[in-house]
Amino acid sequence: MKKDHAALADKFNQDEPRVDWHDETLWWIRQKRDKAAFGIPEWEELRETASRIKFNVLSNLSQYLEQFEKAALDNGVQVHWAADGEEHNRIVHSILQKHGVDRLVKSKSMLTEECHLNEYLQEHGVEVIDTDLGERIVQLAKEPPSHIVLPCIHWKKEEIGELFHQHLGTPKGNADPQYLTNAARLHLREKFLTRKLAITGVNFAVAETGEMVVCTNEGNADMGAHLADVHIACMGIEKIIPQRKHLGVFLRLLARSATGQPITTYSSHFKKPRKGQEMHIVLVDNGRSRQLGRPEFRNSLKCIRCGACFNTCPVYRRSGGHSYHNAVAGPIGAILAPNLDMKKNADLPFASTLCGSCSNVCPVKIDIHDQLYKWRQVLVKDGYVSSAKAASMKAMAATLSNPALFKIAGKLGRWTIKHAPFVVNNGLNPWFKNREMPEPPKESFREWYQKNRSGTPQPSAGREPQYKEPSKSKIPH
Amino acid sequence: MTVGLFIPCYVDQFYPQVAKATLSLLEKLGVNVVFPMNQTCCGQPMANSGFEHLTHGCNSLFIKNFKDFDYIVCPSGSCTLHVKDHLHDEEHEEIAKAIRGKVYELTEFLTDVLKVEKLDAKFPYKVGMHQSCHGQRGLKLSQMTELVAPPFSKPEKLLRMVEGVEIIQLSRKDECCGFGGTFCVAEEAVSVKMGKDRVEDHVSNGAQVITGADMSCLMHMEGILRRQKSPVKVMHIAEILNGDIESLN
Repeated sequence: MKKDHAALADKFNQDEPRVDWHDETLWWIRQKRDKAAFGIPEWEELRETASRIKFNVLSNLSQYLEQFEKAALDNGVQVHWAADGEEHNRIVHSILQKHGVDRLVKSKSMLTEECHLNEYLQEHGVEVIDTDLGERIVQLAKEPPSHIVLPCIHWKKEEIGELFHQHLGTPKGNADPQYLTNAARLHLREKFLTRKLAITGVNFAVAETGEMVVCTNEGNADMGAHLADVHIACMGIEKIIPQRKHLGVFLRLLARSATGQPITTYSSHFKKPRKGQEMHIVLVDNGRSRQLGRPEFRNSLKCIRCGACFNTCPVYRRSGGHSYHNAVAGPIGAILAPNLDMKKNADLPFASTLCGSCSNVCPVKIDIHDQLYKWRQVLVKDGYVSSAKAASMKAMAATLSNPALFKIAGKLGRWTIKHAPFVVNNGLNPWFKNREMPEPPKESFREWYQKNRSGTPQPSAGREPQYKEPSKSKIPH
Repeated sequence: MTVGLFIPCYVDQFYPQVAKATLSLLEKLGVNVVFPMNQTCCGQPMANSGFEHLTHGCNSLFIKNFKDFDYIVCPSGSCTLHVKDHLHDEEHEEIAKAIRGKVYELTEFLTDVLKVEKLDAKFPYKVGMHQSCHGQRGLKLSQMTELVAPPFSKPEKLLRMVEGVEIIQLSRKDECCGFGGTFCVAEEAVSVKMGKDRVEDHVSNGAQVITGADMSCLMHMEGILRRQKSPVKVMHIAEILNGDIESLN
């Protein structure tokens, strides 16, 4: 059976010092984000503005997409539409076949991760070189990214040194980040110069002008696209923004939320193919229309993939990205994934304490933790939760809606803890594995109240409730 | 003014002293308090597990028990938030709505309704204030570190009225402790790690007592502290505000 988040996170937690390191590394990025956000007095207004622009986009998505398509076509770009990941992969492959290309460079694109493009192309004999440094590292390690902005955040520099020693021939034991980065640059430079086709992702696509904006810190998208004869940009249909001026809102939010930088090193606009170049845009739905049709979940499509919710999430920091077994991990992944496959991802909305920090850092104000709660309700109703859990919940509901039964159950519970601690204090009780049980008191509060306050009049439970305005009596001090 | 005392089910069963402190504190402040004996649970354990559709029984029982009070006060941010967000009843939706509007967590009731400015209590210890997520981010009892907004804290404001209390500074002011209801057993490894880290922040910054407005978080942290055989105690904020304990020994 496939392991769920809890099992994978349990495995991740076998190495506690590593969990501490992972947690602190990401918390440091959360702190950088705080510093950047607090440098902008109108930060909350900026978030609200971004949220509203995105709501406008979601409410008028089809018009904006058509407007974008027309503008892009006018710019000389070839536009393709893909209903799902498979169609997206086929379209990309057909462009490669047309040009007789069997090797290419690709900058960061979570959409292509979502569609499993790399695997698809490899199966068809195409070599893909990821050019984002972090993505190249996980690619060499044959792993998926563990974070949408920081793909190899789970790797320590010594481990990267060893990986580069094996794959790029760097000296064994050299873990100097600057040295390793330079080795990667030299390695990638050769790929950029010799590959004729480049794939990039898209951060924002401007409906008004038909241009797209790609944000990177390494300039690898530019290097790839500018050196290639064919540029294919792959984007989810929700990446549209209405006008160029709206970039002023999103670019200010994106990098500050993601890494605490004021702006990404490169925010590159791609509008027209240069002379002799071919430019393609693949617009991918892959479940987004379905999500748009779910009123409780549609606003998850506002996401600009900054990763701030990952960095703030106390569960993500202590379970690692791979525990989410989905291209997009973390809190946002946990509300996007069930839309892609409810059965496979039914565990993810439960991988949260509903603490709400994710919703507070989200630069486009997605109500992530409320959506986690709502997904739980949907998953239970649609039967994606074990029957044992459903049975225990039914029993609990029956007990808790019956005061007499509740009193007996409470007494039994306290008696059990007190007199038969071996029943609860054993390895089968997951609470007790690492925590003591509460010490049972000799009497419950209601037993004490019954004894000591029996004179206090009780509300007239039983009769039909009557609505009563709160009295406006003065409050004594 | 009559207040209905809403005591979380696990507090009734495991932490009666917290309920007694809440009752006593409210009475000392001149409030007429009634504990409806037939109350059980707000239904949150089911709802947060995805079984909100099984909470009708809890909801109608809650409405029966609490419909007639001017205010409903609960020493738990989490249970209060659940009632505020999710108490519905098809047959009595108007009453459910009224209840959602008059249910208060204890500290916000003290600061916002009673407008308490001073308390007769003494607690000469170093106290770590745990911000429970549902109270803080849900009920907005305190400002949240993620937001670019002026700081405030209703529970801390009250703690500062207690003579001798020294509130310690935490390195992570409002990180979740990892209790999370059924999360604490369903995701045991992460839950425990979160709890250990939260406890460590308090302990390393010199807390003698960890307090908060939610006993569930404190129960989780207490379980970890006791397993570690730590001398650090947990105490609900009502116990400190009521002046129940003047000595830790």
